[in-house]
Amino acid sequence: MSIDKTSPTPGQDEHVVENPEAAAAAVTVVDPRLLVREQGLTGYVGEFKRKMRAGDLGSIPVVIGLIVIGVVFQSLNSAFLSAENLNNITITMVGTGMISVGIVFVLLLGEIDLSVGSVSGASSAIAAVLAVNQGWPEWAAVLFAVAAGAAIGAAHGFFFAVLGAPAFAVTLAGLLFWLGFMLQTLGANGTINLDSDGLIGSLTTYYFTDIAAAYGLAAVVTAVFFITSFLGNRRREAAGIPSRPLNETILRTALLAVICFAAAFMYNQYKGLPLATVIFLVFLVATDFVLRRTSYGRKVFALGGSVEASRRAGINVTAVRISVFAVSGGFAAMGGLFLASKIASANQSAGTGDLLMNAIAAAVIGGTSLFGGRGRTWNALLGVMVIVSIQYGLQLESIAEPVKYMITAGVLLTTVVIDSITRRTQKTAGRA
Amino acid sequence: MVHVSATPVLALRGVSKRFGAVQALTDVELEVHAGEVVALVGDNGAGKSTLVKTIAGVHPIDEGVIEWDGRAVQINRPHDAQDLGIATVYQDLALCDNIDVVGNLFLGRELRKRGVLDEVEMERRARDLLTTLSIRIPSVRIPIASLSGGQRQTVAIARSMLGEPKLVILDEPTAALGVEQTAQVLDLVERLRERDHAVILISHNMADVKAVADKVAVLRLGRNNGVFEVKSTSQEEIISAITGATDNAVTRRAARTTGEVSK
Ligand SMILES: Nc1ncnc2c1ncn2[C@@H]1O[C@H](COP(=O)(O)OP(=O)(O)OP(=O)(O)O)[C@@H](O)[C@H]1O
Ligand SMILES: [Mg+2]
Repeated sequence: MSIDKTSPTPGQDEHVVENPEAAAAAVTVVDPRLLVREQGLTGYVGEFKRKMRAGDLGSIPVVIGLIVIGVVFQSLNSAFLSAENLNNITITMVGTGMISVGIVFVLLLGEIDLSVGSVSGASSAIAAVLAVNQGWPEWAAVLFAVAAGAAIGAAHGFFFAVLGAPAFAVTLAGLLFWLGFMLQTLGANGTINLDSDGLIGSLTTYYFTDIAAAYGLAAVVTAVFFITSFLGNRRREAAGIPSRPLNETILRTALLAVICFAAAFMYNQYKGLPLATVIFLVFLVATDFVLRRTSYGRKVFALGGSVEASRRAGINVTAVRISVFAVSGGFAAMGGLFLASKIASANQSAGTGDLLMNAIAAAVIGGTSLFGGRGRTWNALLGVMVIVSIQYGLQLESIAEPVKYMITAGVLLTTVVIDSITRRTQKTAGRA
Repeated sequence: MVHVSATPVLALRGVSKRFGAVQALTDVELEVHAGEVVALVGDNGAGKSTLVKTIAGVHPIDEGVIEWDGRAVQINRPHDAQDLGIATVYQDLALCDNIDVVGNLFLGRELRKRGVLDEVEMERRARDLLTTLSIRIPSVRIPIASLSGGQRQTVAIARSMLGEPKLVILDEPTAALGVEQTAQVLDLVERLRERDHAVILISHNMADVKAVADKVAVLRLGRNNGVFEVKSTSQEEIISAITGATDNAVTRRAARTTGEVSK
């Protein structure tokens, strides 16, 4: 950010200047105490250090965590960083990751949705019954299941937003109810096998095998990022407000390009670009856009900051709350379909076990605050990467389920502690 | 001389408001005309903020009528008041700590371009607005949480100035402000009057009230206790209306201190 020398304040210039120094101060809008970043790399490092001290850790802890996970498991078993294993990790994480995206929305309000595991199971059961037992075309069954998930979420939202019941309690009831509903729907048999070549089946099995697909996507992502940043900065410059220097835009683009092309290279070492990954990325980009670039997203953040202030600003608090729970239910349903696709069936254990905990943990590990008002849907990606990588790593070491639970719990607790400390530091640094 | 139109912009007729067992407002009458600054005064707990919140739609009224430009209107939620052109600065500030200054200024009425938030235009207008109001904050892109109490107050005031409101309600706007900022807010109130806006100003500071208000409406225990023309009324009269007696703590203290001085 640069200091702009503003023109004299209108309405002030006719005053007689008695104290030239004070007059000069009066026309500078930017506070001289504001720490302005120096140009170039030193400025960048300086700002980074300042942010760290202010508790503005962002995604740093989770990126460090991922590196540690990679190094540790690779040293234990050299198959961990193989293209095949990494490829499997990125496909497996989509189911939980989708659910986690919905959780990010709810956490932004400062609320929680405990029903997402059961809702994902119920939705996959609905899709399976419609597609297999009722003979619906799969695309219709998928659409209906996702709509059902959103409707279920909206119902939870209704009890919370209109009737004023705590979201925690409503969704806890939902957890049990939709679990029962799923078991009821699946019937005596308990398992409905899906056509593994059908739409749901291919969600996690289809690959874009042409190597051009992965590289092409990486190139498109990088180019779009650069062009939007560049044009955005040009507009800011034209409007006379602080903009990001070009070299910084280039640096960011380069970093993104390295990550994208490395991922593309890794995918092409195995079977190619998985469809699941593409769908997940599309939803991440879309939700990030909605949250940060639309007035709906601004409302979600506002509610996480202060409900009363939002209400007084004319925001329809009830509608936004219901919609957020509907989003959560919809993403839970989509997650459920990916999880069903992975095992090519809808069965009684769907949506149970540690799924709910993992989805919430992923959002929090990625950097979404449990206290509301801070977070991005990309957090879900980073968080779920950590969780699924640990699961796969432990599996390679053939470590038993009980120990996996304990290790995942440890990671979650660490993250919550980091979140709480971050919040405390941010409060003292005036950023929360 | 201030031009005052015939029909009041806002008129309250017999407005009452209850909070459970507390009768916060009883049969309150109030008129505000365009180009007029009405000061609303009264002791702590007199019901001033409650009255403001009923007008702003935060607490809908229980009884009575609210007239806008001579027409009876229903104000049931903040949105209704905003649609009429009422902008309010609350005593308990209504800002979101986690959102930056620009976001707070435009909260609930974001500028959009093809459905997408127009951050550039919002930032430009925010800077312009803050400059014309001589508001000094470190940056328009830092979260509200990092501002001082007075800076937040100025942001809240700036927020009420966006979008040409017809009636601006300021609930103790200068309570947290420094001398210079207070003077600026008073200037601003005068500018609003010049531009023919109506202003309701709540303040405990009699000097401020005398400086900018045209009329003073006194509330006492949730009821009207007189409306005074500022020019023709002494401070003592207003204070005795506020406290409900000519013999009150303020006059006794004044008598005591002048007595001590003359000793
Ligand atoms: N939300 C509420 N719930 C219950 N009672 C309330 C509420 N808001 C205000 N009151 C009561 O209404 C009365 C008037 O309060 P109000 O805030 O309007 O006073 P005020 O005149 O603004 O005082 P001050 O000068 O201290 O700001 C008080 O007795 C208060 O206790
Ligand atoms: Mg008050």
